[in-house]
Amino acid sequence: MAADSQLITKQPHKPKLAVWKFASCDGCQLSLLDCEDELLLLAQEVEIAYFMEASSAVVEGPYDISLVEGSITTPADLLRIQEVRRQSNFLVCIGACATAGGIQALRNFADVSEFTSVVYAQPAYIDTLKESTPISTHVSVDFELQGCPINKLQLLEVISAFLNRRAPQVPPHSVCIECKLKNNVCVWVAHGTPCMGPVTHAGCGALCPSYNRGCYACYGPKENPNSDSLCHWWEQKLGANKSTVIENLRNFNALAPHFKEVSEHRERGDKA
Amino acid sequence: MDYLLHASDLERLIQAIYKDGYQIFGPTINDKAITYGEISSSADLPQGWTDIQEGGRYRLKRRTDKAFFGYAVGPHSWKKYLQLPHRPIWKASRQHQDIEVIEIQETAPKLAFLGVRSCELHAIAIQDRVLTEGDYTNENYRQRRAQLFTVAVNCTSAAATCFCTAMNTGPEVKLPSDLTLTEVIEGAAHFFLIRSGSASGAQILSELSLRPAGMREKNLANGRVQQLDEEMRKGPRHFDSSDLKELLYRNLDSPSWDKVAERCLSCANCTMACPTCFCSTVEDTTDLSGEHSERWERWDSCFTADLSHLTGGPVRSDTRSRYRQWMTHKLATWQDQFGSSGCVGCGRCITWCPVGIDLTEEVRSIRDLECKQAGSQEQP
Repeated sequence: MAADSQLITKQPHKPKLAVWKFASCDGCQLSLLDCEDELLLLAQEVEIAYFMEASSAVVEGPYDISLVEGSITTPADLLRIQEVRRQSNFLVCIGACATAGGIQALRNFADVSEFTSVVYAQPAYIDTLKESTPISTHVSVDFELQGCPINKLQLLEVISAFLNRRAPQVPPHSVCIECKLKNNVCVWVAHGTPCMGPVTHAGCGALCPSYNRGCYACYGPKENPNSDSLCHWWEQKLGANKSTVIENLRNFNALAPHFKEVSEHRERGDKA
Repeated sequence: MDYLLHASDLERLIQAIYKDGYQIFGPTINDKAITYGEISSSADLPQGWTDIQEGGRYRLKRRTDKAFFGYAVGPHSWKKYLQLPHRPIWKASRQHQDIEVIEIQETAPKLAFLGVRSCELHAIAIQDRVLTEGDYTNENYRQRRAQLFTVAVNCTSAAATCFCTAMNTGPEVKLPSDLTLTEVIEGAAHFFLIRSGSASGAQILSELSLRPAGMREKNLANGRVQQLDEEMRKGPRHFDSSDLKELLYRNLDSPSWDKVAERCLSCANCTMACPTCFCSTVEDTTDLSGEHSERWERWDSCFTADLSHLTGGPVRSDTRSRYRQWMTHKLATWQDQFGSSGCVGCGRCITWCPVGIDLTEEVRSIRDLECKQAGSQEQP
């Protein structure tokens, strides 16, 4: 990755940071603005060269690090992401849209032209692709930070790691580990609440279970997940029906390969 | 020597420990479970409550009596106070051309645990061997452990998931404890038998000026523990554990591992809930400027890919290999490494597994499949 770049050793030139938006709600970009206390420090360490959400002043590329938010949903974006990749030394996808298609990837399981005909008075003006796809479908990416929205502390960790040439501490284990580290009582076992925690990537700090709600898998699949077993227990022991199970697999990260595969199994009614 | 402590005097015991400068932790109800938390009076205890436990299921239930300790172990174990889930180890900062490293040392608090079960004393003894006696010791654990005061409780009721009799770790308290209680409710009488196992325990007892227990009271108390022991030995989760090491060493390729891997979520709940699982990792971070960095220790698990990550990837990338590693270590290789089993039969891994995977069933399955295989090979 950044090992052979020349930006680390306190060069006179500060690394140039760019933030790009594709199909998304802007929430992940806002996580960066939401850093507040750390934002000034960040501005000392990097040159915020392209960040339309914050400033219309644009410094031309190439960029040392690019944060890419959003999924690819239009023919124009298909071309634009190629240009972003060309301009970026290190490309980090942020959020469920960029890493797994986002909520808008629900269209991939249906007919998008039907949606546009129902929603828009003049559907002919809509120039959209049949599918919403993650950034990694189109270009190579250097790191993916999962979450809907991402955790701003994890974003700072990824940027710090990049600036200091080290691996980011973004463990891909389950939300359950975060619950246990926080001393939470398991909502699944003790309350019978269906929870996606056992198959979901950590990072949120077990936010929902900490307030006695089940996890909704906003952070997408963890490493080595087993959602078929989870869904089986939800249906057999926790009283969840098939549509609840499928909805939870498709909430925010419908195109994450594991969730997609299992949701399709469950929809067809067969096992893995 | 057993003394008699009336139930109404439990508060005096707690205050006596408190007065000696201890921070007291014990069972208390939190989010519909009996968890371990800070205790300031006997009113904090889950009096009159019990728990119903099965694989992947835990529910609280009212008892018909006012027992203070009428339940089994819950989601937490004492290890969270001794081997901290997350703690800073050192911090470093750049000073011109040098790097200054400062080790972070805490002043260990004086901890008292109220309501430690026999299986849990065994678990602490196992963690002592792992974290204070081997080549890789944990100084923070050692300091917290050194000042620990324990009030153990003999179990007079068990959860369905308990299997301490199989692991020879209970239900009767046999390991040393500063104090040990046995709770008895008989008609209108509600009392504890109490005995000391250390000078500091004896000191507390002398402050309470209790009378020695009579023969009838002793018989009642011992009878309850013996009765539970007998019931548990007849229960479905009791098994002969004497050959576990050999059994598992012979069955590293058992088809049973494939079957359990279909159900296992590799979520790590079992290892987090286990009172002896001690794996941790260290996380090194820097701030944005790169002028400051920190190292933290955090609980980890053999169910994560990161734990076995070496150059080129994780050694144990699939669930089958992770579950096999966990169970084989817990029940077999632990014996070679630390001189005892790593399992105390508390049943937490069964209850707190979201999909109810049952270690005792897995042992049985491995044994049954081995027998079946041997049987089929004998046939011509």
